[in-house]
Amino acid sequence: MTTLDSSKEIQKNNSEVNETHEDFRMFGLVTFLIADGMTFAGFFAAYLTYKAVNPLPDGAIYELELPIPTLNTILLLVSSATFHKAGKALLKDKNSDSQKWLFITASLGIIFLICQLFEYFHLPFGLTDNLFASTFYALTGFHGLHVTLGTLMILIIAWQSRINGGRLTSQNMFPLEAVELYWHFVDGIWVILFIILYLL
Amino acid sequence: MTISIDPQKTNNESLQPKGWLRYFSFSLDHKVIGIQYLVCGFLFYLIGGTLASAIRIELASPMSDFMPRDVYNQVLTLHGTIMIFLWIVPVVNGAFGNYLIPFYVGARDMAFPRLNAVAFWLIPPSGLMLVASYFVEGAAQAGWTAYPPLSITTPQSGQIIWILSVLLLGGSSIFGGINFIATIIKLRRPGLKLMQLPMYCWAMLGTSLLVVLSTPVLAGTLILLSFDIIANTGFFNPVLGGNVVVYQHLFWFYSHPAVYIMVLPAFGLVSEILPVHARKPLFGYTTMVFSIMGIVVLGLVVWAHHMFTSGTPPWMRLFFTIATAFIAVPTGIKFFNWVATLWGGKISINSAILFSCGFIINFVFGGITGVALAQVPFDIHVHDTYFVVAHFHYIVYGGTVFIIFSSIYHWFPKVTGKMLNEKLGILHFIITFIGFNLCFAPQHWLGLNGMPRRVAEYDPQFQFVNQISSLGALLMAISTIPFLINVIISVRNGKDAGDNPWNALTPEWLTSSPPPVENWEGEAPLVEEPYGYGKEIYEQK
Repeated sequence: MTTLDSSKEIQKNNSEVNETHEDFRMFGLVTFLIADGMTFAGFFAAYLTYKAVNPLPDGAIYELELPIPTLNTILLLVSSATFHKAGKALLKDKNSDSQKWLFITASLGIIFLICQLFEYFHLPFGLTDNLFASTFYALTGFHGLHVTLGTLMILIIAWQSRINGGRLTSQNMFPLEAVELYWHFVDGIWVILFIILYLL
Repeated sequence: MTISIDPQKTNNESLQPKGWLRYFSFSLDHKVIGIQYLVCGFLFYLIGGTLASAIRIELASPMSDFMPRDVYNQVLTLHGTIMIFLWIVPVVNGAFGNYLIPFYVGARDMAFPRLNAVAFWLIPPSGLMLVASYFVEGAAQAGWTAYPPLSITTPQSGQIIWILSVLLLGGSSIFGGINFIATIIKLRRPGLKLMQLPMYCWAMLGTSLLVVLSTPVLAGTLILLSFDIIANTGFFNPVLGGNVVVYQHLFWFYSHPAVYIMVLPAFGLVSEILPVHARKPLFGYTTMVFSIMGIVVLGLVVWAHHMFTSGTPPWMRLFFTIATAFIAVPTGIKFFNWVATLWGGKISINSAILFSCGFIINFVFGGITGVALAQVPFDIHVHDTYFVVAHFHYIVYGGTVFIIFSSIYHWFPKVTGKMLNEKLGILHFIITFIGFNLCFAPQHWLGLNGMPRRVAEYDPQFQFVNQISSLGALLMAISTIPFLINVIISVRNGKDAGDNPWNALTPEWLTSSPPPVENWEGEAPLVEEPYGYGKEIYEQK
């Protein structure tokens, strides 16, 4: 047998190590975001292939208006910064500051969604008009779903930090850090989406 | 910050039902979840096997006389979907992975026990939903690939239920993959290096990487497909300007790696079983590790070899042919390492090693036809014929399912504390092996002579060979009976196994059988060389 016979001291240390382990939830979240990113990668690949292989029929050329998506890009980038501020404030145990920044971030997310809806209602094409329109709505809609979920999660952690004073503190930052990472991920996807869909 | 992973603490033991009932309740113990995966998967195997028997009965005569044609298509689709998504993937990953990986990394549970339970409990409802879709408006009938435009034009409620079910199963698979990666990379016992891990850990790490990278693409594809069906968009509908080849690319980006998601864990399991019963160290541990990672990387870039007849441009054909042929290199390394492990060993003939050797034989055969299929001219000749069916079943049944049975015979003593009856086990192996080869070997001939797959009616000249094949399928169905009798008898009054009936060195055997809830009383043993059998033999000399 190659089993290691350890002294009592090592045994004690090991049993302690085995009953609790360090926090891997962030590691799990990163793995999940890689998976989520692959979903978007599939959508982007489909869109780019359609763009290359299936040209639109003549006379059906849609120019996308740039002002709203540019505004949306700025909104999301600013919201990333405000979220970062919320984390900094919580780290210094300034809970009310942190909540303020969280609410600003959530409002920016909601304004983003309103702008997106406004854009949807003023576009000259609908979901089933042609392949480009379908892909456009699928991509921006799927991203909008992520923004919606992110905004809800921000509101939930803001609520947690308000109602249950002990739930979100500088000692228990995980909910805030997790949502922050998710939010940055959604922003990053939007930047790629903006470049591929609107600028290319 | 730390998280408690002691199952006693996370489970609230006093609320848990005792005895065998705890295997059918919501539990966070990785061993219970592993058994739940196995039992649930086996029930779906019985359903899928019944459907397979129905297919072979239909094909015993050239005319469509056993069931109507659309029912035949539904049976075919359900058979493929159930066997892949509800039997092989959950069992080789979920069942054995959950049971063994925490032992192998020296932990008391998986990294995320709750996520683990969620991943399992997604499976029974979605599987039942899939089977029940037969009674709605007819189950999906576009094959397990659900190629559009067929999947868009056939009756739609069944297809939508199929998509929902596969999405849920994909979610379950991703959660499981995240859990395995975190457990293997992060939860290793202090002092346990990556290169000291048993081979199954490496196989599960590679598999989980494939799951995390490719399953979401399938999810995205199926979401687009469901838009096509529900909202009348035209992503994959040529009438509305869509492109069916895009679907094929996205689909095979998952479904080719899916073959490795099924087969890599089997590679890992056979690498655990062979050294124990041959009393020799695993030959070439380092090359085995690198070949697994090579298969992962190559497996992600060869999907288009399923599409040589879909109007793929020549440069693409060349690339995918070469890349596919290259996979034979790491796979060949593994094959020769297994043979070298057996070579000169003190092999004890029992059901576990018989099934493993059956796996090696079948897998070589399936692998060789795979290399042949990667060559464009040959592939175009036999595309969508029974040659492909034979190749696929040699890999997936002859490879994976043989290893599932081998693993059941190997780990049954650990899980239940009882031995399985060896005579019934060997009978099970003989019937399965003969039945399997009788069923699928003739199909190579059928394919080379041009019998298309997925049809209920065929040219009468193929009747005799088809009947041989159906006879083989009958034998495979019969082979389940000695296995089930064996398991039922042995669980009730089998011979007591003791803690380590095979004298194995991997960590799960160094605890009692069945293991306690915390896996080990006190400290987890550190096994520096899980395959140190050679030394033992030399010491005896």
